Amino acid sequence: MKKAIKIVSALAIVLLISAFTVSKVSVHSGYKIGDIATDFSLKNIDGKMVSLADYTDAKGFIVIFTCNTCPYAVAYEDRIEALNKKYADKGYPVIAIMPNNTDVQPGDRLEAMQARAKAKGFTFPYLKDEGQKIYPQYGATKTPHVYVLQKTKKGNQVKYIGAIDDNYQDEASVSKKYVENAVDALLLGKEVEEKETRAIGCTIKV
Amino acid sequence: MYIFIVMNIRVLFIVFVLFLNCKNENKPQEITSTKEKEYVLEDKPIVEEYDFNAFEKFLNIKDDKVYVVNFWATWCAPCIKELPYFEAIHENYKNKNVVVLLVSLDFPKQYQKKLIPFMQKHKLKSKVVALNDPDSNSWIPKVSEEWSGAIPATLIYNKEKRAFYEQSFNYEELKTEVNRFIN
Repeated sequence: MKKAIKIVSALAIVLLISAFTVSKVSVHSGYKIGDIATDFSLKNIDGKMVSLADYTDAKGFIVIFTCNTCPYAVAYEDRIEALNKKYADKGYPVIAIMPNNTDVQPGDRLEAMQARAKAKGFTFPYLKDEGQKIYPQYGATKTPHVYVLQKTKKGNQVKYIGAIDDNYQDEASVSKKYVENAVDALLLGKEVEEKETRAIGCTIKV
Repeated sequence: MYIFIVMNIRVLFIVFVLFLNCKNENKPQEITSTKEKEYVLEDKPIVEEYDFNAFEKFLNIKDDKVYVVNFWATWCAPCIKELPYFEAIHENYKNKNVVVLLVSLDFPKQYQKKLIPFMQKHKLKSKVVALNDPDSNSWIPKVSEEWSGAIPATLIYNKEKRAFYEQSFNYEELKTEVNRFIN
């Protein structure tokens, strides 16, 4: 009975909140620069649950919503691995989250994620957003979609949102490494210059 | 401003013919000429490739038409799903001055392998252009400030107003939006 009341009141609150927000024409909800990002407990491809709080030594995180099946995400696989190799030891590990509904996109099922990670030798956790609860909170709309977080007293603060770099087609032709620039700045205690960028990506499958 | 015309199939064919001729000089001439004829009859679609600077003119045509500009790619499942609705708009709204433009974001190396075969298979009637400009951060906001970069995405405009949709459509929804632009 108590549980039922809890559920009903939770629903009422949700309805109340949505009544106020529906009229707002806001296409992209989710985090803005400076917001505190939620932690999560998501299943890794090795079956273990992973949370940001597990990383007691980290200075921050490179959270990347990505998947197996999007050609843009695939084009960035090696670069995501390189980011982890370069920055995990410096305190900014890559945490990859696969946000797609795997009923719609079977190529992103956990077994497929495991196979891909093994084939590519991923050294970062590759988590499944089971129930698709986390990506909407971040406001990710596509894969790949990056959030650089910095650990602060208030929590993990969003410092950068967007693309990995400015050329998905050809790594050799990249002129701006957005994520590296952001993390380098944070490591030096500086302000991130380019805080938000955009890139074409695959809609997250719901 | 430059436009690449992607006609590699024809070039490949010629190279292939040359190759055949070199390899086997006894090959009867008629066969190759018949093939060439077939090729012409097949009427392979040609895709114009643009960088954003060259492409931008398609977003700012100021005449009496309504332009429905859909950003898609052959690898994008929700895009493929809604493509027939854009084709239906092209067909059913021709007389109402509505023009559909399908902007492919396929990777250039896929134009011959995927995009052109797809256009053939589905007999696409709307105009298709390929947008190839890797620095998407520079041009996405020029299509719309609202666009995060996810596809499918659609811009509908005429000389007076424009609306941007980062979403998938069914036919009814698309019709409703197009009708807003028709007085």
